[in-house]
Amino acid sequence: MLNTFIGDFGHLSIIVAFVAATVAAYSYFMAARNQPLGETDASWLRIARGSFLLHGAAVVSVITCLFIIIHSHRYEYYYAWSHSSNHLPVYYMISCFWEGQEGSFLLWIFWHVCLGLAIMRFNRKWEAPVMAVFAFVQLFLTSMILGVVLLNVKIGSSPFILLRDFLTDLPVFKLNPNFVPKDGTGLNPLLQNYWMVIHPPTLFLGFALTLVPFAFAIAGLWKGELTKWVKPALPWALFGGLVLGVGIMMGAYWAYETLNFGGYWNWDPVENAVYIPWLVLVASVHGMVLWRRSKTALRTSFVLVITTFLLVLYATFLTRSGVLGNASVHSFTDLGLSGQLIVYLAAFVVLAIGLLWYRWKEIPITDKELTTYNSELWVFVGATVLCLGAFQVLVTTSIPVYNAFLGFVGIKSNLALPADQIAHYTKFQLWMGVLIALLSGIAQVMWWQKNDKESLTNSLTVPGILTLLGASLIILLVRYNKLQISPVYIVVLTAGLFGVLANLSMVLTLVKRKVSLSGGGVAHIGIALMLLGILASAGYSNIISKNSSGLLYSREFTEEINRDNVLLWRNESAPMDGYDVSYTGQYFEVPGLPEYVNKEVLFRTDDEYKALARADIKQGDKVYYKAGDTLNILPENTYYRVEYKDKKTGEAFVLYPRAQANEEMGGLLASPDIKKFLTHDIYSHIAATPDPNKEKDWSEVKEHVLSVGDTLFVNDYFGVFRGVEPAHETAGLGLKKGDLAIQADFMVYGEKKQYHVHPVFVVRNRLIGRVPDEVEDIGLRLSFVNVDPTKGKFTFGVSTTQKDYIILKAMQKPFINLLWSGTLLMAVGFGMAIVRRRREARETVAAIPEPATARRPRALRQPEKVA
Amino acid sequence: MKKSHILVLAVIAAAIGIILSTAGDVSQYVSFKEARELAAEGSPTKVHVVGRLPRDGQRILGLEYNPTLDPNYFAFTLVDTNRIAQRVVYFNPKPQDFDKSEQIVITGSMRNNVFVADKILLKCPSKYVEKDIKGATASVN
Repeated sequence: MLNTFIGDFGHLSIIVAFVAATVAAYSYFMAARNQPLGETDASWLRIARGSFLLHGAAVVSVITCLFIIIHSHRYEYYYAWSHSSNHLPVYYMISCFWEGQEGSFLLWIFWHVCLGLAIMRFNRKWEAPVMAVFAFVQLFLTSMILGVVLLNVKIGSSPFILLRDFLTDLPVFKLNPNFVPKDGTGLNPLLQNYWMVIHPPTLFLGFALTLVPFAFAIAGLWKGELTKWVKPALPWALFGGLVLGVGIMMGAYWAYETLNFGGYWNWDPVENAVYIPWLVLVASVHGMVLWRRSKTALRTSFVLVITTFLLVLYATFLTRSGVLGNASVHSFTDLGLSGQLIVYLAAFVVLAIGLLWYRWKEIPITDKELTTYNSELWVFVGATVLCLGAFQVLVTTSIPVYNAFLGFVGIKSNLALPADQIAHYTKFQLWMGVLIALLSGIAQVMWWQKNDKESLTNSLTVPGILTLLGASLIILLVRYNKLQISPVYIVVLTAGLFGVLANLSMVLTLVKRKVSLSGGGVAHIGIALMLLGILASAGYSNIISKNSSGLLYSREFTEEINRDNVLLWRNESAPMDGYDVSYTGQYFEVPGLPEYVNKEVLFRTDDEYKALARADIKQGDKVYYKAGDTLNILPENTYYRVEYKDKKTGEAFVLYPRAQANEEMGGLLASPDIKKFLTHDIYSHIAATPDPNKEKDWSEVKEHVLSVGDTLFVNDYFGVFRGVEPAHETAGLGLKKGDLAIQADFMVYGEKKQYHVHPVFVVRNRLIGRVPDEVEDIGLRLSFVNVDPTKGKFTFGVSTTQKDYIILKAMQKPFINLLWSGTLLMAVGFGMAIVRRRREARETVAAIPEPATARRPRALRQPEKVA
Repeated sequence: MKKSHILVLAVIAAAIGIILSTAGDVSQYVSFKEARELAAEGSPTKVHVVGRLPRDGQRILGLEYNPTLDPNYFAFTLVDTNRIAQRVVYFNPKPQDFDKSEQIVITGSMRNNVFVADKILLKCPSKYVEKDIKGATASVN
């Protein structure tokens, strides 16, 4: 039962990975020491390569062990028990893998291994110093999952800890140390989403990629090669910008689809922690491009590349140390690694800043004065704006850190994040967006031509005029649709349009001239489109579930209270901002079926995951299950069917916002459903439902004595008693031989459809049992009370309850597709730039023959210069 | 290097502006007493209050939510860390996991003797590491 071997093997692999990383770091360092770039000490290099390969193999082995533990449901391990469960499909087991801190560290470590191997393969000349930095980082990262106690200090948290070692206080382990739970606690339902399978790997690949330019920069500083590192590092930095940017937007899209705050970006500290390094990374790319083109901004490039990586470490500290505590909904639970994380951060801060300080005076600077007609100046200003934007987010996001720090030195501080975060961040980030859109347009136009006053005016005239025309047209359209547009929005709109058109005109000009394709131009168009998409979808997000009824309580606050939620009774249509909306029942997801299945046609059994079909289940023209068949269901999520009908056009669509009554997370987890149109999205989510944990209040039971064929009147409905038949073998009855079970067959006529109702009457050893049947749609319960065989009369008990309802919030998000398509364009632009810069980097590599590794006797080594 | 000097100065000015402006927007964790004082001074800033729900055994006292009358009105009493109780209204549906929460953080401000909350952050015990195994006791027998 209890398999400790695989965990021990995994844990051993972690230790091997840690030791191998340490050896690799030291031997790469020794291999590169006191030698000019490109020359290495061959014997040290051999050891270094060997140990890094061993480290990689050990990492793969750790991942394999952990995945086997999750996949084969070994709940004797805490990681499997706390992140997985029996009914989880394989692709969500992958998400389980990185739900915990240890798994996500492993993911990050794995990407570093892949990138390290790529550098060993493609950047031979730089291998030794760059890989020394890589292995040094790996040493720290693997220490985070060591799970070893040295001198009463816990180092790292192992994913292979056994449940009994984690929950030591549980009495069950005292009685039976080999106890293994039958099921795990499962994956947080909000993470059961396909984005959560691919978003974390993307994000961590982005994180890992920031190490590459950093390692090149450090290697350059160390070896005194202060200029040559830019060329090989630039494609990697671009790749990082692409992957991290796409990763961030994937997270935004996941939040939009899964969480219910009504948008895609919430300025949560964890979101910001990734956004900040991305901005600085993009700024560093601009610095490097400037250096490649006109030999300026090298110091800037150094500072920004190093800052990017340090910010990634800071983000790691923020999200994993527990310092965010109350401030974030996404941060990991605290594993007590704060000290280790601070050491990791501090080591690299000291190392990087110390080296930079040491070489600062030697870094070449240009004495060329930048003038207004230099595109370089404007690119530089753009990078500066990006950094200021990042700085602003950093200052606010770090508020919990100030509290913690002041508390640490003994000053009580009770600072909290701004109460209206969106307003606070928008105040700055909006203008950053405006400046970026304008600067990217101007600089891109200037980049490709010789500039003076005349030529610049000429090339900016067409996009300028088109921008003003377009903006005027859009403002008129907005007014025509009876919406407000504030001066600030007008500025954002104009800047965004200019960003699109100026970059587009340049890209088209270059295509015409057949010079080259400008990846930068395409990426800038994408960014400007994103800005426009954010303006439209956030600035004009319109709540369509405004509620004017029930002003009962809030008279004293009527002037400024938004009443954004609407109560919908089941099967009753309600008007909602140009739509007629009705809630028509609860549905389950059935694996293998294209659509959801109404709960009314399912008979639940003792096994939560199985149900019986009460009627034929037909979707399209195919009958999937016949009445009485057993089918598998996914019981966690209830889907609420909400029909929207456009009053004007009569067009209708259906949304299935879902909610999950979840004990673990406490209460109801609601996720929206979104109907996408070309020009807008309709976004709806459940805000509340009747409390599922509360027993329903049923009315007093009224008894009716009926003969077959009689009609029964209840409230506004009537039912026909059509006969009695032997009861089906249904769940929970556990019929034995000699039991008698009959069921009545009622047909109840509701507003829209008819319902089969089958209350059951059981006789066992002269005892009578009754199983009532319920129609949720109309809040009706029938029980089969008695049989009088002599007269052919049957007694039924009828009780009613309040009808089911949901409380819904719905909104319209105009032109949100601009944001997603802008993201794609940005990614394409990055891709084009990567291809071009890689080619540049290769051309020079091919020109220089591979330097031979020099062997020097040890005695002749010069004393070390580098501190 | 004149232009670059101007740029450096502009950057420093912007950074200082950002820090000062952030300091102005920062909210704080206060008690209801301080929240009342702030409101009496006419300060419009929103504050954070941390508190617990008054309970009588398992039952929470003073919850008021009747969705069929008004789905957008939820009122409750919150006791802050100094044991001061205060009526709070929230013009949104009652959060479903409200009853289970141990600690609650609200943001908003005092108005006419009630605290109008615009955000409710719940700290459920389940946000922490699970400490119990379902069915563990049953399966030992």
